[in-house]
Amino acid sequence: MPEPLLQLKDICYSYHSLQMETPALSHVSFHIDTGEFVAIVGPSGCGKSTLLSIIAGLLLPEEGTIVFHNPDGSLHYPKIGYMLQRDHLLEWRTVYQNAILGLEINKMLTQKNTDRVLQLMKDYDLYKFKDKKPSELSGGMKQRAALIRTLALDPGLLLLDEPFSALDYQTRLTVSSDICRIIRKTGKTALLITHDLSEAISLADRIIILSRRPATVKFEVPIELSLPDDSPLASRNAPEFQYYFNLLWEALSDEKI
Amino acid sequence: MKKYNNAPAKELTRQEAFVRAHKHYHNKISLCRTLIFILFLALWETAADLGWIDTFFFSSPSRVLLCFFELVTGKNLFLHIGITLAETLISFFLVILIGMAAATLLWYSSGISEVMEPYLVILNSLPKSALAPLFIVWLGTGTPTIIVAGASVAIFGSIISLYTGFRQVDSEKITLIYTLGGSKWNAFFKVVLPGSIPTILSTMKVNIGLALVGVIIGEFLAARRGLGYLIIYGSQVFQMHMVITSIILLCIIAMGLYQIIQWVEHYYKKRM
Repeated sequence: MPEPLLQLKDICYSYHSLQMETPALSHVSFHIDTGEFVAIVGPSGCGKSTLLSIIAGLLLPEEGTIVFHNPDGSLHYPKIGYMLQRDHLLEWRTVYQNAILGLEINKMLTQKNTDRVLQLMKDYDLYKFKDKKPSELSGGMKQRAALIRTLALDPGLLLLDEPFSALDYQTRLTVSSDICRIIRKTGKTALLITHDLSEAISLADRIIILSRRPATVKFEVPIELSLPDDSPLASRNAPEFQYYFNLLWEALSDEKI
Repeated sequence: MKKYNNAPAKELTRQEAFVRAHKHYHNKISLCRTLIFILFLALWETAADLGWIDTFFFSSPSRVLLCFFELVTGKNLFLHIGITLAETLISFFLVILIGMAAATLLWYSSGISEVMEPYLVILNSLPKSALAPLFIVWLGTGTPTIIVAGASVAIFGSIISLYTGFRQVDSEKITLIYTLGGSKWNAFFKVVLPGSIPTILSTMKVNIGLALVGVIIGEFLAARRGLGYLIIYGSQVFQMHMVITSIILLCIIAMGLYQIIQWVEHYYKKRM
């Protein structure tokens, strides 16, 4: 069996203030295999975003270890793409200039990389807007532009921190299915945080349920939907969908007070 | 002009009607502004000519104009204007340069900014004209003193407002830079600086006026040339025409400098 791409072992993290220590994560352990799409659900405020920040390297865990195994066997840390809740496109840059922001910062503005960004923009219907300002795009297009900005660095692992939560319901359904399609097509490994159970079931291969703060892994469910068509919208009609929904709903309801 | 066109206003679309009303309103505003100016000049001139006010103390538009030409030929007025303008611009650019550098440092290190905060607050609320005599003793009478006096009026306020502006940049946008693998300097140059351009421009607008104030204070105390010197000299020899002419020239300079920054701002907004 190949080693998982990402392995978390006993991750602990607390926030400190002068008055008190607030534990956010307590002995969180799980793994993600290469090419998997994993969703994490949990009660609101349980420390999901803290977990992503730790995986992304923005925070250091107080205890525990994180191990990455690169598929090519090399030892260097795989690049991690982190998609935040809001698109945060910079208003003074064009859509294209926003998309190459990461390449610019990492001094990777080669012909090959910029061509790839332009190709991504063509693939996801943004090419004709490449010289427009972000304010001229719709919510869904902005989110796609933000995804291209993340993918431009060719990350080995994609972290998605409720990337659809700022969108209205209708846009959200189409954008989440769009983005899922893009991620699956590029064969990226992805970790999605969400509080929307239907979204988690329709998008993910496996769901990790976190407990109330301090968060720890309650259990994991592999999602297997018997549908030939794998699009997230269609998967909501799968016969197993309701079963998974109830399972998750009960698991989370136990956690509420 | 369109609005005196008496052709029957036939079938204006709503949009055309709106545009017309808008233009009409703005024409009226401009007209009122110009009228007030002309009325003021006319009243001033009439009052002087009819002896309601003493021209020795209050001068009059025609005497100001006359004095202007006398100053140009006899006293090399353009040299004085040029010197005041140059000193103002130099202290303005000094303020921008030092202000930006200091605000960047404060943004970069929260330790430094916390240490410096009380000093900045005190220095900012200090009346800077009180420092001018010190500058004269330290730097002598002349251009350096005047430039330093001009810069001192604006510098602390602009450090504080630039730093506040830098800090108001959305912290999640800074997190975005970190998630893309950027450093704190990347965050500064890609997000904080471009995001603060409106703040920088509005600080510049305030500063150009303050620099002029400081330069005139400096010229009052320590100059042999410049408009501030002409004002002081004129008042000492009871040449009120000279004083008032210089003040009017200062008005024009202040307006012109402000307008230049307004243009820069306009150009920036159009590009956005």
